[in-house]
Amino acid sequence: MISKIRELFASFMLLELVKGMALTGRYFFARKMTVQFPEERTPMSPRFRGLHALRRYPNGEERCIACKLCEAVCPALAITIESEQREDNTRRTTRYDIDLTKCIFCGFCEESCPVDSIVETRIFDYHGEKRGDLLYTKPMLLAVGDKYEEQIAADRATDAQYR
Amino acid sequence: MIFQDYVFYALAAILLFAGLRVITARNPVHAALFLVLAFFTAAGIWLLLEAEFLAIALVLVYVGAVMVLFLFVVMMLDINLDRLREGFWNALPVALPVGLLMAAEMVMILGSKHFSADMLNAPAPRPVGYSNTAEIGRQLYTDYLLPFELASVVLLVAIVAAIALTLRERKDSKFIDPAEQVKVKRADRLRIISMPAEKESVSAAEPAAENK
Amino acid sequence: MIAQAQNLLGPLWPVVWTLLKIVAIVVPLMGAVAYLTLAERKVIGFMQVRLGPNRVGYGWLQPVADGLKLLMKEIIIPTAANRTLFLLGPVLAIAPAFAAWAVIPFDLTLVLADIDAGLLYILAMTSVGVYGVIIAGWASNSKYAFLGSLRSAAQIVSYEIAMGFALVGVLMSANSLNLGKIVLAQSGGFWQWYWLPLFPLFIVYFISAVAETNRAPFDVAEGESEIVAGFHVEYSGMAFAVFFLAEYANMILVAMLAALMFLGGWLSPVPFLPDGIFWLLFKVAALLFLFLWFRATFPRYRYDQIMRLGWKVFIPVTLVWILFVGGMMQTRWAYLFH
Repeated sequence: MISKIRELFASFMLLELVKGMALTGRYFFARKMTVQFPEERTPMSPRFRGLHALRRYPNGEERCIACKLCEAVCPALAITIESEQREDNTRRTTRYDIDLTKCIFCGFCEESCPVDSIVETRIFDYHGEKRGDLLYTKPMLLAVGDKYEEQIAADRATDAQYR
Repeated sequence: MIFQDYVFYALAAILLFAGLRVITARNPVHAALFLVLAFFTAAGIWLLLEAEFLAIALVLVYVGAVMVLFLFVVMMLDINLDRLREGFWNALPVALPVGLLMAAEMVMILGSKHFSADMLNAPAPRPVGYSNTAEIGRQLYTDYLLPFELASVVLLVAIVAAIALTLRERKDSKFIDPAEQVKVKRADRLRIISMPAEKESVSAAEPAAENK
Repeated sequence: MIAQAQNLLGPLWPVVWTLLKIVAIVVPLMGAVAYLTLAERKVIGFMQVRLGPNRVGYGWLQPVADGLKLLMKEIIIPTAANRTLFLLGPVLAIAPAFAAWAVIPFDLTLVLADIDAGLLYILAMTSVGVYGVIIAGWASNSKYAFLGSLRSAAQIVSYEIAMGFALVGVLMSANSLNLGKIVLAQSGGFWQWYWLPLFPLFIVYFISAVAETNRAPFDVAEGESEIVAGFHVEYSGMAFAVFFLAEYANMILVAMLAALMFLGGWLSPVPFLPDGIFWLLFKVAALLFLFLWFRATFPRYRYDQIMRLGWKVFIPVTLVWILFVGGMMQTRWAYLFH
């Protein structure tokens, strides 16, 4: 009976609401956790799976041997590869497209690659102004690889001991 | 003509137009909205008569509450307009004489030399502190106390009847009482017990098991 | 200068003068609305341990940027919508929200229309505001919009009653419907304000005000997670912005009313400080902060619980307290309630 009266009193005095507001009121003065993105960035794992890149060997030869394992494993069917024999009788790709609007960034292509050619980099803040801009072709992927080779190589080296 | 006259004729024109559209509009929602407009304009005319309390009460009660509920119902109805309008012209032989009779009566009252507007004295200008609202209250609670209370009793009976008609419990209803749900406190449903996150060793865990 | 203008315009002068006064109220109000949106984002951000908008002019120009963006956007009218009513909806939402400001006294003399039945007028105007929502929801010809407008209509009609009863208590104490006189009746410092003798009515009024303005936790008319955005789901561009303006103007209006009727308006809480409009603005700002605080704290009410709260809790509470106040006024403690 007494507890009933106490409950009624508490509900009319809005005690629970006041408790809730006290909580949010405390957080009003708490230190803010916002990361001011373009100027500040959160720490990133070397395994981060961002924009794709095609790598080259130090001598400038492209790594990809057109085995098409990545195309086969890609769950989103985002990769399209066409290949032919080059003059030196090695098999090379003539076309290597990744449709980034399809890609789900699972990283399977990178795992399946026997020569560490297709990799995913730390770049995640890229954009396209037309839909076609997000269809990355072989020269574009190679350009990404060339530009960030140092970072890519360093990340692979850090992660190598866990592979 | 003074400024008030122009305002009156403008409001009256809108009122007549809105009233006409209430009965001629094809869409019932439009008709209801024109009725809202008619109420609003009527309130404007009452304001010209210095009956500000009644004017605002008209907006508050009819526009703000009654018509909202009216619209509420009308909007949800799927009315077949053509079937609704089937008998419209059939009713004309009855409606026209009634309408004409009403118009004739109005003309006879307002136009005759005994009742015409000229025969009525203009109301005396009110003193500055005069409050329309207070005067209505005084009248309601002194001279007209009994009719006022009777009217409220009639309304109360209507409320009770409406509730009695609709308040019944169906067996197959899955109704849940929000009052019961709101009453539930965390303590009724959840018990927080303190226990160590990890057992440190077998010997330390045994006495804890005994305590249970 | 005023005398010169008076000579120049002749009989048109009263019209022009009134228009100027209206502009003098509406323009600062629009500014307040714009910066209330910024304050809302900042306050809620802070309570969620975020910073809130801080990019466009360090955050200060964010409302301007938002306004410009909405101005540039296309107003899409759905093909199946009722064109006239679709465009009428936002107008009917914002017109009463601004019209009600005509009778708000900012100071002893600073009021556009000092009418006797000011309180009734405001109640009438706020109750008309629901038409914007209903018409918008119906004219959109969309299920979500329609559901939102139905919810809103039922909710506003229900809470208006509790709100009206709360105001009945105030006018019983003040013996007047004129807002200026209601404020003057509270003169005498903090403990003479009506929040104390009419405390339950104050609480009921404020919570009903939150419900009337469709704000969280009573924002079922919008209900982002259930009915997308409720009644204004089909609106875009400036038509949407007008609904936004109306909502925030209404928020400021009800906060202003609470400050005038329960917190002594422009009166100073202590005798040694002067009265003035800044007190009113401060009280309104504090009440508006509460609105934002509520939104940052409470989850949305379920619809049947909203209805129960309105009909089965608030209306009985207000009725009992009005009866109590009326009874006390017949005893020798009547001075406590005046």
